[in-house]
Amino acid sequence: MKCRKCGEPAVLELRRHNAAFCAPDFLEFFRNQVREAIRKHRMFTRDETVLVAVSGGKDSLALWDVLIDDGYRTTGLYLDLGIFEYSVESKAKCEKFAAARGVPLTVSAVRDEVGAPVPVIKDVTRRPPCSGCGLSKRYLMNKVALEQGMLVVATGHNLDDEAATLFGSVMHWRTDALPRQSPALASTHPKLVRRVKPLYRLSERETAAFAFLRKIDYIVEECPFAKGATSITHKEILSRMEDASPGAKHNFLFGFLDRARPAFERAEALVLNECARCGQVTTGTICAFCKLADQVKRRVVS
Amino acid sequence: MKVILRNPRREVDVAGNRRVKEILRELDIIPETVLVICGDDLVTADQVVREGDTIELRPVMSGGGASSR
Repeated sequence: MKCRKCGEPAVLELRRHNAAFCAPDFLEFFRNQVREAIRKHRMFTRDETVLVAVSGGKDSLALWDVLIDDGYRTTGLYLDLGIFEYSVESKAKCEKFAAARGVPLTVSAVRDEVGAPVPVIKDVTRRPPCSGCGLSKRYLMNKVALEQGMLVVATGHNLDDEAATLFGSVMHWRTDALPRQSPALASTHPKLVRRVKPLYRLSERETAAFAFLRKIDYIVEECPFAKGATSITHKEILSRMEDASPGAKHNFLFGFLDRARPAFERAEALVLNECARCGQVTTGTICAFCKLADQVKRRVVS
Repeated sequence: MKVILRNPRREVDVAGNRRVKEILRELDIIPETVLVICGDDLVTADQVVREGDTIELRPVMSGGGASSR
């Protein structure tokens, strides 16, 4: 198999693009996809500092690597979930990455903010572990960004993540979730920062290949709580479809973004309030994070 | 030839001198879900792996409700 650009031996085939690339041309292809995402959705400018949420995994570290190399001003944010050895190792990967590149990394622990780490939250609530974890992450990303005066948070969500989320929303017709699925969510309240996903044009196999070729030391082991997660099942289904019909995931997600999402966006009219407890933004009186923290405190104390 | 699999990490022996795509098919692994690594290199599905080689099939799928990935 030969590189589409230079004719040298290829290291990666991208069937959905009907192409294969050598390592240097793949790295350039990858960076160009990130640049296009940032440009198309006006995600951020070089005049602002981007808070990059990093987990120690391939996606977030690949994203941070691209942004640093492209000259963006960034700060990493690692949220310590307290998930045993997995969190210890993933935090070490982020610290090593930041130190090697001389970029700042902020660490915030879920234990300090919620009152307990994710494994305890999982036990004391009836939520699936990924639910409480995701809620805490979204809340803390916004909180840390506001505290540090940053107006935008970038996450490493890729094409597969976004297609799987869309698949899950459509399977249950969560029409309230559909307008919020976007590569770039604007700030709709002074206390809500922008959230952007510069990797949404790239599959997770592509981000893994980028991280490998860039010799990024990322955590390969999966979060112990992800086993059996619905999103994994959805990804497996979509990957089988992709195998049978290259481009299926891309067409599903991009078709939604280009043609279907605007219709759902018009239907949504949310009133945003400030949480009576913590002051962060919520659609109710008390935000979901404070309710979660209350539940944890009650159960842990009792 | 030796194949290293992850999550959990384990090794299996399969017949070599075959293309990567044939090995993936035998192991019932969807090509889209793994990187195929031989030494310090990525290898494509059409490449032949020799009997004495070791390849790693590194999963690329991450999941759960992670918001930072």
